[in-house]
Amino acid sequence: MTGAKVLLMMGCPEIPIQTSIALYLSHKLTKLGFDVTVAGTAAASKLLKVSDFDSYYVKKLVDLDKTIVDIIEKRTDFDMCFAFMHNDAGMTYATTMSSISQARMYSIIFGRNAEALAETIEFDCEMIVAQDAHNPVRLKNKLDKVIEEIVK
Amino acid sequence: MSCIEKMKYTILLQRIGFKEAREYIEKNSEEVYYVSPGYKIFKDYYIIGVPPIAVGTKGNALIFPYTKPCHGSFVLSIENEDSIKEINRLRETGEGKVTAPSKKGKPPESSKAPLTSYEDMWKK
Repeated sequence: MTGAKVLLMMGCPEIPIQTSIALYLSHKLTKLGFDVTVAGTAAASKLLKVSDFDSYYVKKLVDLDKTIVDIIEKRTDFDMCFAFMHNDAGMTYATTMSSISQARMYSIIFGRNAEALAETIEFDCEMIVAQDAHNPVRLKNKLDKVIEEIVK
Repeated sequence: MSCIEKMKYTILLQRIGFKEAREYIEKNSEEVYYVSPGYKIFKDYYIIGVPPIAVGTKGNALIFPYTKPCHGSFVLSIENEDSIKEINRLRETGEGKVTAPSKKGKPPESSKAPLTSYEDMWKK
């Protein structure tokens, strides 16, 4: 899987654990040899950029809506996509991504309504669900297991 | 920022779930068409949504869902020269038409759907 193109798709940054998990996942996957791109809304990207101002953890940071357009217009695509979501809009964006991209989808579902939100997902994906908003450890541990399977 | 935000639009519903947006469009449009995620309307807006995405017409107005990550889904209505072009494109070219899950020997569904929900068609 080394060199595989991975997209981390951030949604609204209202729930704190998204930023820390995005930084963690980007760095971990990059160290494992994946070609990682992080896409976010303006606010989500600014949070990431301030935390990682030297681009140590996130090498490629792009605009979410522009990335979606580039995939639709077939200017780019990815092998895997980790879609962060904690609300209906995040789920809607992830569903769109699953429809336009060839990427294998991983849905990272978090926040207080995570389990109910997971039940609304109708596209084919692996779900990583944690009913957490502030403490990222449980979600990190679940993602570690998923990544372990990916690199096996 | 897409071209939509620079256009004159009317907000019919705001900060709702995508399913509610679809249901509103289905119930409040004269004609309903179903398009796939990424269907392009106007200059550069690619519709974000959960299929089947309902796009409606009311007179010369195009009624469509608009989703923002931090604000949820909206139902917008735009009526101008471009909306007439978009409505004609939906009617004449069948562009973006949704077909039923493939079954051998079964012809695709029409893009012009009755004003009832297509949701069951997409359920796994």
